[in-house]
Amino acid sequence: MNTIILGIFEEGLIYAIMSLGVYITYKILDFPDLSVDGTYPLGAAVTAALIAAGANPLVAFPMAFIAGVLAGTVTGVIHVKLKVRDLLSGIIVSLGLYSVNLRVAGTANVSIFSKDSIFNNPIVNAVFPEGIKSLATVIILFVIVIVCKVLLDLYLNTRSGYLLRAAGSNDRLVTALAKDKGTVKILGLAIANGFAALAGGIMCQKQGFFDVNMGTGTVVIGLANVIIGTRIFKNVSFVKATTAVIIGSIIYKACVAIAINCGLNPGDLKLITAVLFLGILVISNMKKERHKKNAQA
Amino acid sequence: MLKLENICKYYNPGTINEMCLFEDYNLSVERGEFVSIVGSNGSGKTSMLNIICGSIPIDSGRILIEDKDITKTPEFKRAEYIGRVFQNPALGTCPDMTILENMAIADTKGKSFNLKKGTDKKRIDHYRELLLGLGLGLENKLEVKVGSLSGGQRQAMALLMSTMTPIDFLILDEHTAALDPKTADTIMQLTDKIVKEKKLTALMVTHNLRYAVEYGTRLIMMHEGRNVIDLKGDEKERLKVEDILLKFNEISIECGN
Repeated sequence: MNTIILGIFEEGLIYAIMSLGVYITYKILDFPDLSVDGTYPLGAAVTAALIAAGANPLVAFPMAFIAGVLAGTVTGVIHVKLKVRDLLSGIIVSLGLYSVNLRVAGTANVSIFSKDSIFNNPIVNAVFPEGIKSLATVIILFVIVIVCKVLLDLYLNTRSGYLLRAAGSNDRLVTALAKDKGTVKILGLAIANGFAALAGGIMCQKQGFFDVNMGTGTVVIGLANVIIGTRIFKNVSFVKATTAVIIGSIIYKACVAIAINCGLNPGDLKLITAVLFLGILVISNMKKERHKKNAQA
Repeated sequence: MLKLENICKYYNPGTINEMCLFEDYNLSVERGEFVSIVGSNGSGKTSMLNIICGSIPIDSGRILIEDKDITKTPEFKRAEYIGRVFQNPALGTCPDMTILENMAIADTKGKSFNLKKGTDKKRIDHYRELLLGLGLGLENKLEVKVGSLSGGQRQAMALLMSTMTPIDFLILDEHTAALDPKTADTIMQLTDKIVKEKKLTALMVTHNLRYAVEYGTRLIMMHEGRNVIDLKGDEKERLKVEDILLKFNEISIECGN
């Protein structure tokens, strides 16, 4: 039982980092960004390549983030400068990244089990005895998630962050402030995909390997997490949206874990993810309809 | 001085729906003028504002500000010296942000949008003072999201925000049209006050003939992409609502309405 709960937190927290990125694109910018399916494994590929080459696991963090930022910038430029529709820009980038990821990692599977990672190194092993390894992982992840959340919150309260929020809410205001709304969009996509790649890199360090197919469905999980989180805490003003997204990620992972433990096959995971996401969309649509009816009455 | 020179603007060029809105249109507005623009629907009023602001491209002609050609300058660059308030109160503010955040973001215009704090605490008293001037009680609601304000309150904020930092031109695009008569009066008086205080050059499109006559230093009536009335100085002072209403009717009969 405990291993299941720890497993939920492990994966939930890693996906929470990616979901903070999806929160920027989907909620703040109102941009359904599918490139996340490619940038999440991109972060993993960069991390695997670096660690396999003997780099410090901590160095892999900024490198994964930067790789994601670059890929997000490409999505943004395709959408803003080449005027390709938002969904298509994301699809093009995520498809292209599949090959890029193979190039970066070298092969479709890279194992870094034998190398040090942030979860498995002499320091961590000295502090935490062998028996509570999973707990140590969750604690480390928790710290990383909190740092990401605080940094994002701080950023959203800077002048640049204000502009990003304005771009999603009313882009005419950005123009009125003598700023190019396209540039602001590109910046948002860059940061969002930075988070997605960072999450992929952390996942790679946690599971000890990179798999070229690990990104499939990432964007769906991210959207589900964001929608669950922001819906549940819609009327709770003291819970920040970023916190809501993190809690949403853990709740969603718990739902998937419950479904699998009810006897479904791990191979059904993607189907469960898809059906749960559909359920969330339908429920949140029904709620909206009810609000509308109430407002009319 | 703002100058429109030989402006040509076609809609749907090359199709059977091709329509010529402006052909060789000229206008020059002196510094400090407050121009009211009236005219029937489709007469080109809003298109003209869009051309000045750079929201729509022109087919030929030149737009000059102080003899500097801005025809090719993109819309957001022109916003450095042009402030604009739209008919829709939602367009001038950011609904998901609080009143304070909206004031702060408007105050940052012209500065770098960097990693400094979005809201400078030292400026809050100044924002309160500005909001107090609106007389709508917004100074006590700094943490309220702008999306939950009424149309009139939002429009007052939009007006305040667009004129907060130094600009030369204020473009008002039927900015009282979506408001109830009393709120519209309030916003109109506020507009007049701001234009006079800041010595702005203003262009106001309105369907309210009374506002057009009462406010401003110059009145233009447009019809089919031409100025059919253009009065300033004493002539504008002596003008009555009935006079332009008469002209309005003439035009309408001509069009067969």
